[in-house]
Amino acid sequence: MSLDLWSLYTLMLKSRLLEEAIARFWYDGLISGEMHLGTGEEAIIAGVVAHLRDGDAMALDHRGTSALLMRGVDPVLILRELLGYEDGLCGGRGGHMHLFSKEHLTASSGIVGAEGPTAVGFALSAQYLRPGAIATAFFGDGAMNQGMLMESINLASAWNLPVLFVCKDDGWAITTQSKQVTGGDLGERARGLGVPAVEVDGGDVSAVWEAAGRAIESARSGQGPTFLHARCVHFEGHFLGFQLIRMVRAPFREMPGITIPLTLSFLHSGGAALHERLEGLKAVLAAVLATLRDPRRDSANDPLRRARTTLQSDTARLEELEEQVEKELSNVLSTVLAGGPS
Amino acid sequence: MPKLNMVEAINLALREEMEKDDRIIILGEDVGREGGVFRVTDGLQAKFGEQRVVDTPLAETGIVGTAMGMALYGLRPVAEIQFDGFLYPCLDQITNHIGRIRNRSRGRFTCPLVIRVPYGGGIHAPEHHSESPEAILAHTPGIKVVIPSTPFEAKGLLVSSIRDPDPVIFLEPKRIYRAIREDVPEGDYTIPLGKARLVQEGKDVTAIAWGAMVREVLNAAEELKRDKIDLEVIDLRTISPMDVDAITTSVKKTGKAVIVHEAPRTCGLGAEIIALINEKAFLSLQAPIERVTGFDVPVPLLKSEHYYLPNPKRIVVAVKKVMSF
Ligand SMILES: Cc1ncc(C[n+]2csc(CCOP(=O)(O)OP(=O)(O)O)c2C)c(N)n1
Ligand SMILES: [Mg+2]
Repeated sequence: MSLDLWSLYTLMLKSRLLEEAIARFWYDGLISGEMHLGTGEEAIIAGVVAHLRDGDAMALDHRGTSALLMRGVDPVLILRELLGYEDGLCGGRGGHMHLFSKEHLTASSGIVGAEGPTAVGFALSAQYLRPGAIATAFFGDGAMNQGMLMESINLASAWNLPVLFVCKDDGWAITTQSKQVTGGDLGERARGLGVPAVEVDGGDVSAVWEAAGRAIESARSGQGPTFLHARCVHFEGHFLGFQLIRMVRAPFREMPGITIPLTLSFLHSGGAALHERLEGLKAVLAAVLATLRDPRRDSANDPLRRARTTLQSDTARLEELEEQVEKELSNVLSTVLAGGPS
Repeated sequence: MPKLNMVEAINLALREEMEKDDRIIILGEDVGREGGVFRVTDGLQAKFGEQRVVDTPLAETGIVGTAMGMALYGLRPVAEIQFDGFLYPCLDQITNHIGRIRNRSRGRFTCPLVIRVPYGGGIHAPEHHSESPEAILAHTPGIKVVIPSTPFEAKGLLVSSIRDPDPVIFLEPKRIYRAIREDVPEGDYTIPLGKARLVQEGKDVTAIAWGAMVREVLNAAEELKRDKIDLEVIDLRTISPMDVDAITTSVKKTGKAVIVHEAPRTCGLGAEIIALINEKAFLSLQAPIERVTGFDVPVPLLKSEHYYLPNPKRIVVAVKKVMSF
């Protein structure tokens, strides 16, 4: 198979547009509960999923929409599931964190880290029932500190199972920075369990595709698991409406609400000692500066934009493709909405 | 006296206890810098430092197991599990280890720790974020299980839980985290563990509930007044050990009981309470006891959540059924 950036970009764009539609539904109050999207990790998903074929299995985390779509699940079913309709992918019972497709051998879990053992079970079965088929587990950097995921990497190694462990590392677990609570290096950790680890730029779909292709080939040919460590940026933050992201997106709109009362209190005559107030002000300034440097502000990290830059050499084809994908999505949306609730 | 909601009352309890006792350490996911996903530990890291309010990795088993080691060594850990569903991965630590220390050592050692868990439905969250696991916990020997129903109750009960020599799982009904505001005094007061609260006296039927369900029962009691039915309302407060006396005293008076819980019906705590009443007050019973509960399925998504959760209407129906037996 040779790299086809056009089809990878198509997968990413479909996913992005679908997730943008989901976000609109969510902001309109049509989807209940929190909503985690995979916006920003499309290159990782596309680069891996493009290699999958019949009999291959996927275990997904709380950001599973994009992988299911790219694997070929009907977006109408996905959307109607998120809306809680009976004719959704899981009868409206699963919601966005519990998407399943038997046909695509795909399961998800809202319990962080649970993807590991599931993928190992998939791989063990594949080895037995369909030699040559493989399993993938998608999870975040936070999940890497869960015991069950570590156990599963060891199992895959000890039993030489065809698993691709894909760590989508955005550096965060909700509001906790992973580097502050994670010992050692994640790749080293996998190697310590006897699993080869590959570092890849998760914003570069071609690089992910190459690396995933080699790992999956090796798994198919009986050479055991690989750990793919791909860095990415979640532009929506942890979930839709995440307050840190609101701050990142529009610091000048969000900041006054914090800085003005703070400045006023600084000038207030009573209250804490001057040095304590200075400390407070310094903390807020540090937060502002950190926000301005936050990679989630920077669209140069956007995997779609990066792929697009390469494809721009053929503007006509690119525009045609984008128009096509947009049209498809708008058809999907009208089907979804025309159906009405069920 | 400040009027506080439950989040603020719990925060105040933690703050005051930490000021008094520097062995108290808070640990959990996002509890420090962020102040917790529900903001219950807001401001505590800034006040007490990173050593006493610890952001942990995403590792529930590790958090709870570490708390046990800390408690045995001499600290007073207060661990937070972010949502009810994430308690299940650490049941090993709770059931196999924490709950057994006192018994294994014939009381030479105890394990003074608190595990705080926002729990229950009603916030339109998906599964793992709406569970009511109290019966599983009450079934586990060696741990206490405490569930507050108002801000005032939450502060007094949490302080007692922190000071208790044994492990306490403190289930916080997240649905009413910000729904009730009431006077919560600053400074020391405690509410004893193992003692129920007689919320409202009545002569016709005893309603037994805890956590967020107490409010539902009180609303039902208002409606029932119109039909001249006088409900006695008991808030259990502590699920384990349970205040059996409070239950039997009331049932002996009214002769009728309705139990309300949002956990699934089968093997829910309601079943245990009915068995206790049969053992202790059978001859006073004038009607079969009714249960108003969740259903034997995972808590459903938004669209059916209102159907799943007990509400005043269902409680009224059950009370009338008992009355007309
Ligand atoms: C066992 C468990 N604990 C806690 C949570 C709450 N939670 C949901 S996502 C998340 C952070 C996950 O971080 P990571 O694995 O890096 O994935 P990311 O969200 O960054 O993609 C947490 C703590 C959970 N879903 N499951
Ligand atoms: Mg992460």
